[in-house]
Amino acid sequence: MKYALYTGCAAKGACPELYQSTTLITKRLGIEVVEMINAACCGAGVITEADPDLALAINARTFAQAEALGLDIMTICGTCQGVMGMANHRLKTEEGLLDRINALLAPEGIRYGGEVQVKHLLWIIVGEIGVEALQQHVTRPLENLRIAPFYGCYILRPSKYLGFDDPENPVSLEKLISALSAHPVDYEGRTKCCGFPLVLEKEPIAIGMVGANLKEAKEELADAMVTPCPLCHMNLDIYQGRAEDKIGEKLGLPILHLPQLVGLAMGFSPKELGMTRHLVPTDKVVEKIQLKV
Amino acid sequence: MRVTFHIQKYNPEGDSKPHEEPYRLDVGRGTTVLEALVRLKNEVDGTLTFRYACRSAICGSCAMEINGTEKLACKTQIRPELERHGEIRIGPLDNLPLIKDLVVEMAPFWEKVRSIQPWIEPLPPEQVDPIRMRDAYKAFNNVEACILCGACVAACTVYEVEKGFAGPAALAKAYRFVADPRESIVSERLNQMQGDGGIWDCTRCNYCVEVCPKDVKPMEAIILLRRASIQSGLTQTMGSRHVTSFVDIIRHEGRLNEGLMPMMVIGFRFKDLFRILPLGLRMFLKGKVPFPFKFRAAIPGIKQVRSIFEARRNAKNEPPR
Repeated sequence: MKYALYTGCAAKGACPELYQSTTLITKRLGIEVVEMINAACCGAGVITEADPDLALAINARTFAQAEALGLDIMTICGTCQGVMGMANHRLKTEEGLLDRINALLAPEGIRYGGEVQVKHLLWIIVGEIGVEALQQHVTRPLENLRIAPFYGCYILRPSKYLGFDDPENPVSLEKLISALSAHPVDYEGRTKCCGFPLVLEKEPIAIGMVGANLKEAKEELADAMVTPCPLCHMNLDIYQGRAEDKIGEKLGLPILHLPQLVGLAMGFSPKELGMTRHLVPTDKVVEKIQLKV
Repeated sequence: MRVTFHIQKYNPEGDSKPHEEPYRLDVGRGTTVLEALVRLKNEVDGTLTFRYACRSAICGSCAMEINGTEKLACKTQIRPELERHGEIRIGPLDNLPLIKDLVVEMAPFWEKVRSIQPWIEPLPPEQVDPIRMRDAYKAFNNVEACILCGACVAACTVYEVEKGFAGPAALAKAYRFVADPRESIVSERLNQMQGDGGIWDCTRCNYCVEVCPKDVKPMEAIILLRRASIQSGLTQTMGSRHVTSFVDIIRHEGRLNEGLMPMMVIGFRFKDLFRILPLGLRMFLKGKVPFPFKFRAAIPGIKQVRSIFEARRNAKNEPPR
C-alpha cells in the first residue's frame, strides 16, 4: 500500500505532533508514503471565498503531482480532505471545468488528467486496511479509556462530495476506537463544528462552540477526545482554557490527534507521539493506561 | 410492518421538561413520517401536536428533527430512515423556543428574515442591465427555492451559541436581493451585513447545505456575499482580512504561516493583539508557533504557485466572452 502523503499546513506548522505521530503509525501499518513536499496549501475553504477558480487550480496542481507519481493522495487533515475531495469531485464531474482549470496550469506545463483519488488516513485505516488488521497491531489495548470522537465538519459535509461516512450517523471513528479496545462515547456534538474558522475574528462564538462540545463529552464521562482534523485539535486544545472561563466550569479534556490515539495502542510512548506539545495536559490519559510520560 | 416511533412530547401545562414516548403503528411501504404522525394523532393519541399543511414539501411547515437531523416530515419515508438509523426518533426543531410536542415558535426565525428587508427597492427600468437580467436566475444560485422551513437555522452551529446571528435562511435571502440586477440598494445591503450577526459570523460548517430540503445551499450564498463584499471594497473587517491575508500568504509562501496569519488579520487593533498574545506565547513554548518571519519560508514549488496566481489574474482581466 503506497500513497502520496499530503501533510497540509497544520502538520507542518502549529501541529508538528500530527506529522510525527502519522509517520510512526503509517510505518507500523505498512503504508508506504511519498511526502508531497512541493504541494501548496489546499486553501482551507478560504481561498475559494475570494476566487473559486484559483482554489481549484492550486488543488489541481497538487493532484497532477500525485498523478505523475502514479499514486493516490492520503490526507491527514479533515479540512484538507473536505476541500480537496470537493475540488477533485468537481474537476472530475463538471463539464468543461477541468479544461478551464488546466488552462491556468498550462504556463507551467502542468496538466491534471482527473485520475487521482483523495483519501483521509481515517478512511484508509477503516475502509482499506480494515479494523481487524488494525487490531493485529494493538500491543497496548486502551481498555480503560472512554474516547469521545469529534469528526469535524469537512470530513462529513457536504456529503455528496465526500461519501465515506453517513453524515447523519458516521461510524468510522467509533469503529476505530473500538478496535483499539477503548470505549467510544456517544454525544450530540460529535458531528458539530469546533469553531476554528471564526476564532481570530469572532472568538466569543468560537469558544462558545468549544465549550458546548467539550461539556457534552465530559457529561458522558469522556477521558479524552479524538479528532481527524488538526484545525479542530487547535481550537479544542488551545482555546479550551478560554472556553472554561466562558462556561465557568473546569473541563481539562485532553484532545488527541487520530494517529496519536492509534499510536498509543501500538505501544509508542506519549513523548514519541508528541503529546507533550499540547496545551491541555494529557497526563490523565497516560495515567489511565498506566504509563509514564 | 410494525414500527415504533419514539416521539418527543411536551405539554407546557403540566410537564416540567420534554420527554420521549413510544408509539407503535403498522405502516406500509412508502409511508412518510408525516402520514404516520397524522394516523397516530387520529388513531392513538389526539393530543399529539405538530404542524403541517401541504404534504408536498412546498409549504415548509412540517420541518422537525428526525433521527437527529432536520427534515421535512412529508418528504421523509419511514423505511429508508429505519434502514439508515435502525430506529425512528422524532423531535422538534432545535434552536427555536418549544411550544408543544413537535411545534416550535417560529417568530425569532421570521424576525431574522424580516431584518434583511426581504423585498426589493427597484432601480428605474431603464437603469437595469439587460445582460445581467438575462442571467439573473442562474446568479441566484437556487436561493429562490427557499420555503422558509427553518431546518437550516435549527441545524446552524453558530446560531446555537449566538442567537444574534442572522442565520443561514435570512442571509441566503439577502443574497437573492444582492444578486438581483433590479436592486438599487446593493451596497447598503452589503454594508449592513458586515457587523456582528452578519455574514462574517458563519463558521462554514456546511450543516445548512446538508439539511436543506430544497438544495438552497445557504452557506454558498453567504460565501457569495463575502466575495461580493470584498470585491466592492469592504475589506477592513477582520473576516475579510482573514480571506485576503490568507490568499496573500499562500501567494508568497505556498503554505499557511500560522505565526504571521493572526497578525495580518488583526493588524493594529491592539486590544485584539493583547487578546491573542498570551495564547501565542504558550503555543510558542510548546513548539507550536513557527517564527512568523522565517527565512525561506516558501515551499520548494513556490514558482509554480505564483505562476498560477498570475495566470488567474490574467484570465480575470480578459474581457468576458
